[in-house]
Amino acid sequence: MLYRENGQFKTSYRADQQVFPIAQDRLAIWLLIAFAAIGVPLLVDEYLFRAILIPFLILSLAALGLNILVGYCGQISLGTGAFMAVGAYAAYNFVVRIDGMPVLAALLLGGLCATVVGVLFGIPSLRIKGLYLAVATLAAQFFVDWAFLRIKWFTNYSSSGSVSVANPDVFGIPIDTPHAKYLFCLAFLVVFALAAKNLVRSHIGREWMAIRDMDVAAAVIGIRPVYAKLTAFAVSSFIVGVAGALWGFVHLGSWEPAAFSIDRSFQLLFMIIIGGLGSIMGSFFGAAFIVMLPVFLNQALPALGGLIGVNIDTATIAHAELMIFGALIVFFLIVEPHGLARLWSIGKEKMRLWPFPH
Amino acid sequence: MKLKSLAISALVVGGGLFGAAHDALAQAKEQFFPSLVYRTGAYAPNGVPFANGYVDYLKLVNAKGGINGVKVSWEECETGYATDRGVECYERLKGKNGGATVFQPLSTGITFALTDKAPGDKIPLITAGYGRSESTDGNVFKWNFPLTGTYWDAADILVQHVGKKEGGLDKLKGKKIALVYHDSPYGKEPIPLLEERAKQLGFQLQLLPVTHPGVEQKATWLQIRQSRPDYVFLWGWGVMNSTALKEAVATGYPRDKMYGVWWAAAEPDVKDVGDGAKGYHGLALQHGAEPNSKVVKEVLELVHAKGQGTGPKEEVGQVLYMRGLVAAMLSVEGVKRAQERYGKGKWVSGEQARWGYENLALDQKKLDALGFAGVMRPISTSCADHRGASNARIHTWDGNKWSFTSDWIEADQSIIKPMIKSAADKYAAEKKITRRTPEDCQS
Repeated sequence: MLYRENGQFKTSYRADQQVFPIAQDRLAIWLLIAFAAIGVPLLVDEYLFRAILIPFLILSLAALGLNILVGYCGQISLGTGAFMAVGAYAAYNFVVRIDGMPVLAALLLGGLCATVVGVLFGIPSLRIKGLYLAVATLAAQFFVDWAFLRIKWFTNYSSSGSVSVANPDVFGIPIDTPHAKYLFCLAFLVVFALAAKNLVRSHIGREWMAIRDMDVAAAVIGIRPVYAKLTAFAVSSFIVGVAGALWGFVHLGSWEPAAFSIDRSFQLLFMIIIGGLGSIMGSFFGAAFIVMLPVFLNQALPALGGLIGVNIDTATIAHAELMIFGALIVFFLIVEPHGLARLWSIGKEKMRLWPFPH
Repeated sequence: MKLKSLAISALVVGGGLFGAAHDALAQAKEQFFPSLVYRTGAYAPNGVPFANGYVDYLKLVNAKGGINGVKVSWEECETGYATDRGVECYERLKGKNGGATVFQPLSTGITFALTDKAPGDKIPLITAGYGRSESTDGNVFKWNFPLTGTYWDAADILVQHVGKKEGGLDKLKGKKIALVYHDSPYGKEPIPLLEERAKQLGFQLQLLPVTHPGVEQKATWLQIRQSRPDYVFLWGWGVMNSTALKEAVATGYPRDKMYGVWWAAAEPDVKDVGDGAKGYHGLALQHGAEPNSKVVKEVLELVHAKGQGTGPKEEVGQVLYMRGLVAAMLSVEGVKRAQERYGKGKWVSGEQARWGYENLALDQKKLDALGFAGVMRPISTSCADHRGASNARIHTWDGNKWSFTSDWIEADQSIIKPMIKSAADKYAAEKKITRRTPEDCQS
């Protein structure tokens, strides 16, 4: 009833091809962005900002980047953590080694370095596919871990191998409060999400999807696999690299290679599988699921125990958290193998017919 | 339809619980000690006794009437030794129950992350026997307290000890020492000092990293078998320690040439290896296993006998349990010291407690009164020295228990001090912070 496109006539190609063709969608997304930018900072306390929202935004960004590679171009990558690390360490080196380097520029240059590394490790994708490619990108993970642990130059000869940065400031505005950090990350996320959405709707995006669906057929109709695969690696690594730099600069402040370990790569891969491969929306759902659910369970279980008068000890909570989390992943994958984003779009379809489904 | 209603009800219940869990309960002013623990994961065997000791001491304080009448409260948060979860726990607990007094993360990685956050939140960090070595310099690291010693002290004491065994530090020339370390900031901390000492004394240093969690060390010990170092320093944690000892048995490397840092010298590390670990030495951070000390008897009597003990009774007095106990005692004593300035019997904020930690003066008389006679030596801190003590003993595993085999050894500050200064200056430059003024020190 509310969500229906009757009467919305499109009189130009432009109107027909916009990102959100339905007026209600457009309104909803504007409201959502406005709420995220204005409402959330007014409502939310510091804990939620620092411990949940900021990691959620940054990891959404990384998941978005990975989704371009895996979900749109079909190239499975286990090197996401590595590309994040490259972004973070490159940005760190730009800041330390060049006097007066603006942090914003350093973050983007960090992304560019990640692009270079990403393309380099993407070259094998021209010859190998599927799980074999996953193993090849795993090499990127191990190589980068090794490089940042062993090559002291990258960490500016820090004795413990851990690097730390001052709070960034952008155009003279210090990014030191949780609010500022949140808005800073949100701005990045909105810009990159919009860019990614438009990119996947463009000819490049269609090339990626053609390669994903069947690379031989795509080559036959004139798509160059080299170009399509390497651009996917480039765009994906750039976004992932910027996310890594944000993770280091904004969220952690000081980090060691363990912050971008193989676990991080798996975590991001799970995010997009659970959220929905080949869907921008899915990256957000997946990140929310993986970032927030464990923390939520960890806090809800003692409260639940308190309600029925049972004092659950810390170890039990930690075990239960892992078990419930695992069970939920299995549950969602059985209910909807195409990810949470698919559930979302089914919901939207139903809404369009509601309340007269027949 | 069923699924939908299920999902909706789950959301509603979940949302409600989240709110309930999250709302900090405003209570009467109790001194709140958050406790970041790891009772699960690869490091749990070592994390659990520490966590139990920490909480048991706080229970003991309450059983004896609190800190000059102020009751203490605590809450645990499971980090699993993971830095991101540790940061989440910190954010969750820092504002609860009127505000956290002090954090003790028991992880070098989490310490590094919290070092950046603590000054903004005005909450001190105690890293007793771990963390950044340069945080000894309180003029730069205003909120960090590596009480009772740092890794640089530990490494130096070990070098001095093996030097003594060889018959003098100069005899170390041409010898070979291998450092088997956990490949993380924790394991890398001692390297600069050992390199400095190697240069000065002319011994050869072999660095052998072991990746987390440390169950795969075959290659490492193959290298040791080839190069036959005169001594092996073990800088491990959790399951890595017992694995190293097992590999040493398999390789035939003599255990009495192996020296563990104070985190690699406790019961969980050697128990599984049993007789194989006989003769293995470790550093003792002030205390060793102290089942006969007065404070342990008090814990057994006032906490465990009343059925309020946190862990199994047998564990009370073991090395890591004692470390938790001492850590909690330091937390509480800092508050007591701060009360002397800000009002006896009053609740103190984290900022006020920081002054207490910076002006800690635990002399032998006070330690005796607390039941720590023979467990540790006096500690006094100041603005310039946030560490308070830099001496330790060696203890050796005889197959059943740890017993001391050396006298107190003092770390050589003529080497460490300049290193602390330059590392702290580097940190200050990176972070764009200036050294504290003498006036700030008084405040």
